[in-house]
This record gives sequence, structure tokens and C-alpha cells, in this order.
Amino acid sequence: MSPADLITIPFDDWINAFVRGWLVPNFRPVFRAAQVPVTVVLNNLNAFLLFVPMILTTAAFALAAWRYAGRGIAIFTILGFAFIDMIGLWPETMTTLAMIVTSVLFCALIGLPLGILAARSDTFWRILRPVLDVMQTIPSFVYLVPIVMLFGVGMAPGIIATIIFAIPPMVRLTNLGIRNVRGDLTEAARAFGSTEWQMLWDLQIPLALRTILAGLNQTLMLALSMVVIAALIGAGGLGLIVNTGLGRLDVGGATAGGVGIVILAIVLDRITQGLGEGSKAGTLSVGQVLTRTLRGRGAAPVDATVTGPVARN
Amino acid sequence: MTDKITVKNLFKIFGEAPDAALQMLGTGATKEDILDATGATVAVQDASFSVAEGEIFVVMGLSGSGKSTLVRLLNGLIPATFGQILIDGQDVVQTRGEALREIRRNTITMIFQHFALFPHWSVADNVAYGLKVKGVPATERRDRAMAVLDQVGLAPWADSLPGDLSGGMQQRVGLARGLASDPQVLLMDEPFGALDPLIRREMQDELLTLQKTLKKTIVFITHDLNEALLLGDKIAIMKDGRFVQIGTAQDIVSRPADDYVQAFVADIDRGRVFTAGDVSSDPVTAQLHGDSAETTLRRMEDASLDALYVLDGDTVSGLVTHRDLSAALHRDGPGDATLTPSLITDFTTVDEGTYLHELYGPAGIGLPIAVTDGDDRLTGVVAPEAVLAQLDNEAAAAPAPRMEDAR
Repeated sequence: MSPADLITIPFDDWINAFVRGWLVPNFRPVFRAAQVPVTVVLNNLNAFLLFVPMILTTAAFALAAWRYAGRGIAIFTILGFAFIDMIGLWPETMTTLAMIVTSVLFCALIGLPLGILAARSDTFWRILRPVLDVMQTIPSFVYLVPIVMLFGVGMAPGIIATIIFAIPPMVRLTNLGIRNVRGDLTEAARAFGSTEWQMLWDLQIPLALRTILAGLNQTLMLALSMVVIAALIGAGGLGLIVNTGLGRLDVGGATAGGVGIVILAIVLDRITQGLGEGSKAGTLSVGQVLTRTLRGRGAAPVDATVTGPVARN
Repeated sequence: MTDKITVKNLFKIFGEAPDAALQMLGTGATKEDILDATGATVAVQDASFSVAEGEIFVVMGLSGSGKSTLVRLLNGLIPATFGQILIDGQDVVQTRGEALREIRRNTITMIFQHFALFPHWSVADNVAYGLKVKGVPATERRDRAMAVLDQVGLAPWADSLPGDLSGGMQQRVGLARGLASDPQVLLMDEPFGALDPLIRREMQDELLTLQKTLKKTIVFITHDLNEALLLGDKIAIMKDGRFVQIGTAQDIVSRPADDYVQAFVADIDRGRVFTAGDVSSDPVTAQLHGDSAETTLRRMEDASLDALYVLDGDTVSGLVTHRDLSAALHRDGPGDATLTPSLITDFTTVDEGTYLHELYGPAGIGLPIAVTDGDDRLTGVVAPEAVLAQLDNEAAAAPAPRMEDAR
């Protein structure tokens, strides 16, 4: 005796009917149009990165690494990028980089305003939070199919899948950072007659910046981890090399692609982390923020306010 | 002096059903009843007061008395539930949005207990914040910030970050920020509460010094009665959201309205509340060249005094004691004895506003203290017993038939 004896739910049929029967026929043009900005940014960036000589790109990254993450990482950048070039994967690496930068750019463009809104409205945050939870927990293969149906195959759909996967920490940490700005500071801003915009600009964003940058760093890392998966629906770059290797049981090729991703990941991670630690404005260290976020999605934002004014009466 | 702030029947009720709670208050229900019945918390209950221009109005109460809520009602940071707050005739309670922000930018600024300085901005930028909000150009902002910083003695720290400054200095920055936009009203929410006692004294004195030139209308919140008595031109004692007593420092100390105020007053240093003018009595005097020792002695006995002041015309030339005069009379005979040989010229003069704690030393000598006005004319005499009587809080009767005109 189980519930299935009494009633069976054709859940998969419902979803099929919803996506195939209604969403795709009615909204395909809308989704197609929506990917245009992504395509434009991606293509230009990709063309630019492929056009700039390898030496110049490496120098730029090494300089940024030296400036924000120290000499060790700068040396690692030079050696790592040289290695990628020597194993013949430079163009693919640049394509992957273009994809990641594009994804992170759109994550920031969408995630920052969402995070700000979430910090300002408890209702909005209550609605948004389960959506973010679903986005982070649902296996990415599940939404690859509807994405292909709606957007087709290629680079841009791959990036859209990546954005869906990588945006939650950007929203979460923007929300957290702004909510953690001390209550007496926002009260002071109000007491001096500032508008909500002035308060956001002068106070909340600068003080939340460190937390926001930690979110950006996490988003970047998540985007990198989507590179291989996105290649399944036609995104190019290093992910394609790995997938091809996998398909042909070519261990060498897959490993080469994998090493390229790892090197890129380390360089980008250290540079963006250094960026976050360099901004002195933050009230919390990146580590604190991360432990807090990891420890509990539920408990994190509001009660984490440590420095608010004590005992108001 | 005209009233700058007039508050009439002000209520603040937190919670879902303020109207129901307001109605219950009308029928005489207590805060606890209302919390049980409606879930609403009454924070401020029927507060009415007025603050004259240039006056320091101190609201004193313990945690939970509603004083911090009250001060936030005045600039609309917390919207009032009912009542009127007239600042120059404009009702803050009815003001919203941009008009309310205009009031905060131009008329009322606030100083906070925990300073609430922006940690990512320099001291000068913090001070200029109110001006930035108003849209004053950057160079003018900087000039005015520097001028105000100069006033509070912090000009050399203009480009430091607030975190590098001590608590006392940070609160000076807070004060400078409050003053920079040249408001008419300053709200100070326990501004010295987070400072250690020595710095607190220093800041209190500095506020009084600044206030002499600035003449701002100040609403000052504190939980420290000594601070209230020191700073307040008028003091309101708040308990459970209502005003228990409003009056001058002397009113509160000499005529506490109920046991609650009495309990506070019991611990305070009365020597810092009452002045020589409060305890002086009308002088009984003798003329150096007109009165003989004999008549002076008789006058002293009539007034049952041990000593009295001797005038030369209008100016005080010294005092004579009953013992010295009796001896002189005995030695020289009633016809010849004059006041001059017995005259003690080493005496203490104070003015009416001198606080009693400064009189303990002179009073210890046992001779009366002369109270003089600006032209050195004798206006009163403080008997040493009157000073020492104030040390005994319990026994001290209201000393003050002259209290009102002493201020």
C-alpha cells in the first residue's frame, strides 16, 4: 500500500506540456531577443581577447595579480599562462575567459540591484530567497534542456545557464552587506535629511563593498565551474576541449583542458579576493562573511548585525 | 524668549493597533493592560512641553523610559502616533517626505550616543555630511567643515579617519557635524553616555562654553541626573513614557514631584545645583563711619548674628564679629569704641551664581560670605550654616524663597 496505488501524478507530462506546449511557442522570440545583449558583449570580448597578443594579456594579468595578490601570484600567473600557451590552448582559454567575464558582468548587473532591493524590503527578500535556493540546488543539467528549447544552442545559451547558476551569491552577499551596515549610521544619514539614493550611494554601498566583492568572487568561481557543463550545449572554449576528451576517452586532452581551467581559476580567484581585501571600507572580513554564509542560509542576514547600537530605549 | 519647540499631547505607540491603544489610554488603562489587550507598546504618553529659543531642555530618564523615542519623534525619524510638534509653528508630525527632509537638512540636526560617524570618510567629510546632503559645492563644504572643526579644536585631525580618534574626539566630530549645517535645533541623544567620566565632564563644560556663543535650542537626552542638572535650563524627568516633572534644576531638587524623583534627587550633589543666591539672606550691615560699636553690637544681637558686614558708603570694607566687638567695647568703653580696630578685612566675596560646592572652603572658616553684584555692592550674605545645611540631603528644606530670580 502506497500513495501511488491511489493516485499517480504525471508530473513530467505537466512540465512537458507547460514548457513545450505553452512557454516555447509563445515566448521563444522574447527569449531569443533577450540573449542579444549577452551575444554582443560576448562576441566583442572574445574577439578582443583573441586579438590582443598573448604576451600583453599575460602582462596585464601579472600586473593585476602583483598589485592585488602579491608577487607569488604574479609569478604563478606568468608561468601558468605560458604553460597554457605552450600546450596550445591559448585561444580556448581566452574564449573561456570571455565567457566568464560576460557571465560575471551580467550577474553583477542583475544581482547587485536585486541584492539592494532585497536588503531594502523584507517582503521581497522572503520571495527571493527560496528562488535563490532553488537556483543553487537544482542540478544544472535540469535546466539545460529548457534553455536549449528557448534559446537554442551555442555560446549565449551557455552563458545564460552560467548566469542562472552563478548569480545567487552575488544577490545574497549584496543583501547581507547592505543589511549589515550599522543601524545607527543609516539613522544618522536619515537624521541629516539624506534621500534613500544618497544614503545608498554615500553609505550603504561603500560599507557593503567588501562583502559585495566577496559575492563577486564566489560568482566568478561558480561561473568557472559551469564552463564544462555549458560546453554541452554548444559553448566553446576549454569546456569543449574537456568534453571532446571525455567523448573520445582522450585522457590527455581532457586533462589539458582541465589544467587550463584550474590555472585560470586560481589566477582569477586570487586577484578578485585581493580586490575585496584591499577595500578597507568593509566592516567584516571576507572570511567572516563566508563562514556566516556557509553556516546558515536561514540565520545569516539580519541577526548577523554585530555592531548596531546597544540597548536603545 | 519665544518658544522654538512646542510639543502638545504627543503619543507614540508601537504595534499593530495604535488607535485601539490610544482609546484605551483615554479610559485610563495602564501600559501593561494595553500590551495585554492589543499587543501595542506605549513608548511616549501625553508629552507636552515647550523649549524656548537658545535653551537647553534636558530629558532625563532610565532605559526604557521612552526618552530616545521622544527625541526621534522630534525630527520624524520615528513618526508620532498622535499629537503636535511645532517647530517655529510648523508641525513635524504632519510633515512627510521631502518637506521633512528639508527640516532635517536646515533646521534640526542630531548627535548620537555612539557617534555614528561614517568610518570610510575623513573627519572633514563627516563634518560636511549635512552640507553634502544639501548639495553645497565641495570647496565650500570643506571651508565650513574646517571652520567648525576649528571651533571644537579638531582642525589638525581633519584628514584622519574617525576610527583613529579617541571616543571624546569622535564625539567632538559628531558635535561638529551637527553644527556644520548651522541648524537652529540640536537633538542630542545621550551624546556623552559612551564616554568615560573625565572626558564626559570635559565635554559637558565644552558644550556649555560653546552654547554661550552659539545659543542653539538644544534637546538633550541623558540618564544621568547630575548631567541633567548641570546642563539643563529646564529638565523633564521621564518615567514609563510620561513626564513626571518638568522644571529647573532647583525645582527638581528642592521640590521633587513624587517618590520617583525624590529617589533620584537623594543621590545628587546639591552643591552643584544650588547657588549662593539660593541660600543667601538679606544683609544686616553697619556703616564704618556712622555706626558705633555699641549700636552695631545691638543690631547683631537683634538679628541673632555672630558677625555682620561693615560698609563704607556702598562698598564692603570688611566684617566684624560679636566677640571682637564685645572685647573692644569692654576695653575702650561704650562712648569711644569704633568699628575700625575690630574690622576683619580678609573676607570672601562671591556672586549670586556661584555654586555652593565652591563655598565649602570659605564656609569652613565660620564667617559669613558676602554675595555681591557686578558693581561690588552687597546684595546678600550667606551664613556658613546655610551652606553646610545643603550637604545634608534629607534635612535640607527648600532653601529658596529667592530661587526664581536667582536664574
